[in-house]
Amino acid sequence: MALLEVENLRIELSTRDGTAPVIDDLSFHLDAGETLSFVGESGCGKSMTALALMGLLPERIGRIASGAIRFDGEDLTKASPARLREIRGNDISMIFQEPMTSLNPVFTIGEQIAEVLRAHQGLSRQAAWDHAVELIDAVRIPNPKGRAGDYPFQMSGGQRQRAMIAMALACKPKILIADEPTTALDVTVQAQIFDLLRDLRAQTGTSIILITHDMGAVAEMAERMIVMYAGRKAELGPVAQIINHARHPYTQGLISCVPHLHDVLTEDRPELFEVPGIVPSLRDFGRDECLFASRCAHVTDQCRSARPPEKSFEGGQIADCWHAEAM
Amino acid sequence: MTDITPDKQTPRAESPLREAWGMFLRNHAAVAALVVLVLICFTAVLGPWLYPTDPFEMVWAPFSPPGDNGFLLGTDYLGRDLLAMIINGARVSLLIGLAAALVSIFIGVTVGALAGFYRGWVEEVLMRITEFFQVLPTLLFSMVLVALFGASLPMITFAIGVVSWTAVARITRAEFLRIRELEFVMASRASGVPNAKLMFGVILPNALPPIIVQSALMVGSAILFEAGLSFLGLTDPNVVSWGQIIGSNRQYILDASYTVTLPGLAIFITVLAISLVGDGLNDALNPKLRQR
Amino acid sequence: MNVLRTFLVRAGYAVVLLTAVLVLNFSLMHLAPGDVADTISQSMGGADQELLDQIRADYGLDQPFLVQLGRYVGGVLQADLGFSFFYNEPVTKLILERLPATLLLVFSAQILALIVGVVLGVISAQKPNGIASYLVTFTALFGYSAPVFWTGILLLIAFSLQIPIFPVAGMRDVTVDGNFWVEAADIARHLVLPMITLASVFLALYSRLARASMMEVLGSDYVRTAKAKGLSPREVVYKHALKNAVSPVITLAGLQFSAVISGAVLVEAVFSWPGLGTLAFQSIIARDTPTILGILFFSALVVIVGNLLTDLALRLVDPRVGGRK
Repeated sequence: MALLEVENLRIELSTRDGTAPVIDDLSFHLDAGETLSFVGESGCGKSMTALALMGLLPERIGRIASGAIRFDGEDLTKASPARLREIRGNDISMIFQEPMTSLNPVFTIGEQIAEVLRAHQGLSRQAAWDHAVELIDAVRIPNPKGRAGDYPFQMSGGQRQRAMIAMALACKPKILIADEPTTALDVTVQAQIFDLLRDLRAQTGTSIILITHDMGAVAEMAERMIVMYAGRKAELGPVAQIINHARHPYTQGLISCVPHLHDVLTEDRPELFEVPGIVPSLRDFGRDECLFASRCAHVTDQCRSARPPEKSFEGGQIADCWHAEAM
Repeated sequence: MTDITPDKQTPRAESPLREAWGMFLRNHAAVAALVVLVLICFTAVLGPWLYPTDPFEMVWAPFSPPGDNGFLLGTDYLGRDLLAMIINGARVSLLIGLAAALVSIFIGVTVGALAGFYRGWVEEVLMRITEFFQVLPTLLFSMVLVALFGASLPMITFAIGVVSWTAVARITRAEFLRIRELEFVMASRASGVPNAKLMFGVILPNALPPIIVQSALMVGSAILFEAGLSFLGLTDPNVVSWGQIIGSNRQYILDASYTVTLPGLAIFITVLAISLVGDGLNDALNPKLRQR
Repeated sequence: MNVLRTFLVRAGYAVVLLTAVLVLNFSLMHLAPGDVADTISQSMGGADQELLDQIRADYGLDQPFLVQLGRYVGGVLQADLGFSFFYNEPVTKLILERLPATLLLVFSAQILALIVGVVLGVISAQKPNGIASYLVTFTALFGYSAPVFWTGILLLIAFSLQIPIFPVAGMRDVTVDGNFWVEAADIARHLVLPMITLASVFLALYSRLARASMMEVLGSDYVRTAKAKGLSPREVVYKHALKNAVSPVITLAGLQFSAVISGAVLVEAVFSWPGLGTLAFQSIIARDTPTILGILFFSALVVIVGNLLTDLALRLVDPRVGGRK
């Protein structure tokens, strides 16, 4: 049994125009120790999936309409708020995109890390603080004893994200969700953060769900990937296999945006390519058609008349495209 | 999302004023308050003709309760008709409220405009002066002014206006600081428009919305201010105002509470109406709030 | 020592402000029609020109403006704000006798308004359509629009006629005599109505701002982080959100000190509270200029001290203020 199994998940968001399915019939699994990456443009539902896994969908606006999220066999969509709190930060934890605003400005870093340990492991104040200092050391912030007493505004962006990682890994979670952990950081710092995440994964065996729009990061970090488009899965499978031979035109577009993913720039793709057109608006989510059709070079009438079915290929690759075999 | 979708028909050219008025109409509390306010102003202007009893004349025995002896609101401790007093009091209260608000807006806008436009030492000096006025307890300071220089209506108006301009000055300065950096101001500046015209002809009209909202609220607080002063007896004894009715009947609160509660209610309703209209103006004139 | 330096700068600025108040005071006294000699002669039932000149010479009123100003400021430095001919006592003594009552009223009303305002704001921010939210809207409208002395009178009527559980006048009961605690309890009982009256105005401001600020903070990224850590709703709201949401409310409260003192003048008049406001009221009726100006000076001092205390409170709540370390 996989560590996490998501089945036919549907998340609806209330908007002024009614409800829109921001996640529409999504199924995937995550194995222990594995890194799975979610890729797609902003607004495609990557972050919503993460928030749903944490039980943190925006109150009164977002809700899980149907489907199941099974963590270690337990369906989180049916778990009580108290049970979800036990899991959050302990078994499943998350680091966010904006290290600048995701840390509380009025508490010290040490306190913010120690707090998780007190909440989930029942450590005493002193023991939690000492452990927090060790964690700060583990995420390679120099002078951990001194820095534990610092406030977020006294740290750089990279250091804050390290502190977030220390906080997320404090209770040795089984799953770490990283929502665009490096988008807000300098390029050099980005590489350091990914190095850190890789090393920590090797030490702890934590599974990682990496949400990103950076195909380079996916190639470096993840074993498998899910490409999302307009709330739906476009393609899923082993990273190397998909980069080598994507079966969904949207995935192909994403990959060709990044030149160094191909060992050799082949003759038929002489220049960088961008995915033309724009993402459909929330109002169009959930229609019975291929939502990528308006931007697709291979579009046929079939694409506009019905939602494409899942098509499976060898090695666990799945693509939701009418023409996947021909790609 | 619907906002972005362009209309199929050609967009009507709607003047900003009409649009603001439309926004204002959407706020039902503000519209109701505006109606009340118009009625109050109407009473203040025409009341003495519609109800010609002299507010200073002793018309009956003191403390005739409301409704008795033909006096709708009863009589006060000198046997004067309370309704006549409240109607006549509306004039003074509203007049001082408006005039004092004008004084403070004039001072506030001038100080704020100069500070925001010239920056540098001008701003430094003016903002220090503003801070100085913020340190003085407003009511005490105007009590001192009225006590030293006499309780005439112009002096009271000035005393209220001169202590209440700091908020207007800060808002005006902030608006000027923002607008002076905008392109159309830069363009006017580059084309050699003189400073005075730049300040009051180019920048000020664009800074008006928040100043107007603040001004509406200023009228309300000036009325409260006048009521406080006259409650303390710092008022022209030859005129009647709402606060003064309360102040002069204060000793008899327990014998005839209506002589104090009714004029207080008049103040409360008026200021409430003004602040609700102010809220409506804020919704109508503040484009940032419209998005919500 | 950054904090100390900031504090010294602030204190220096406070001295400048107070000096400005003194200069203003003195100029007003100088500009006003009539002077001390007139007041004295009035109290003696009239005096001839020779005696007036004599009095003016005695009090140095014949000296040039700047000399008189210098002597006034010099006097204040020695805690001498002049002499009240109405009370026949030094102004400083008069004021210091009544200052504690006003300080008690002002600070207790501020604290009450802050605590209740923040609590209402926090509760209503979590349930925008709940009872607390309507209560905030209602108190905000009432507190802003009702004259504070009228609110006081309404309470006074209610509590003297309908439910006489609190005393409605003065600060202590002459028949109550006992140890410190008995007298403190007596003062507290007398304080209830004036404090509530004065607080009602500022409660309106603070609860509205607290609600807005709390709603903003509850939507912030760090509150999401706190939830993602699996903290209880109580910890998320009262630890992580509240400490952030309270800063703007404290800042606003600091700006309100001068308004609170103004309100206190009226509230003291309604409840015969023996503080500076009542003294100001009486000395204005008696045209006792030195006392009035002394009160203005002391109330400015209270505002400045209040601002400094606000600054300290902000530093305790928000480490970013003043940049620690």
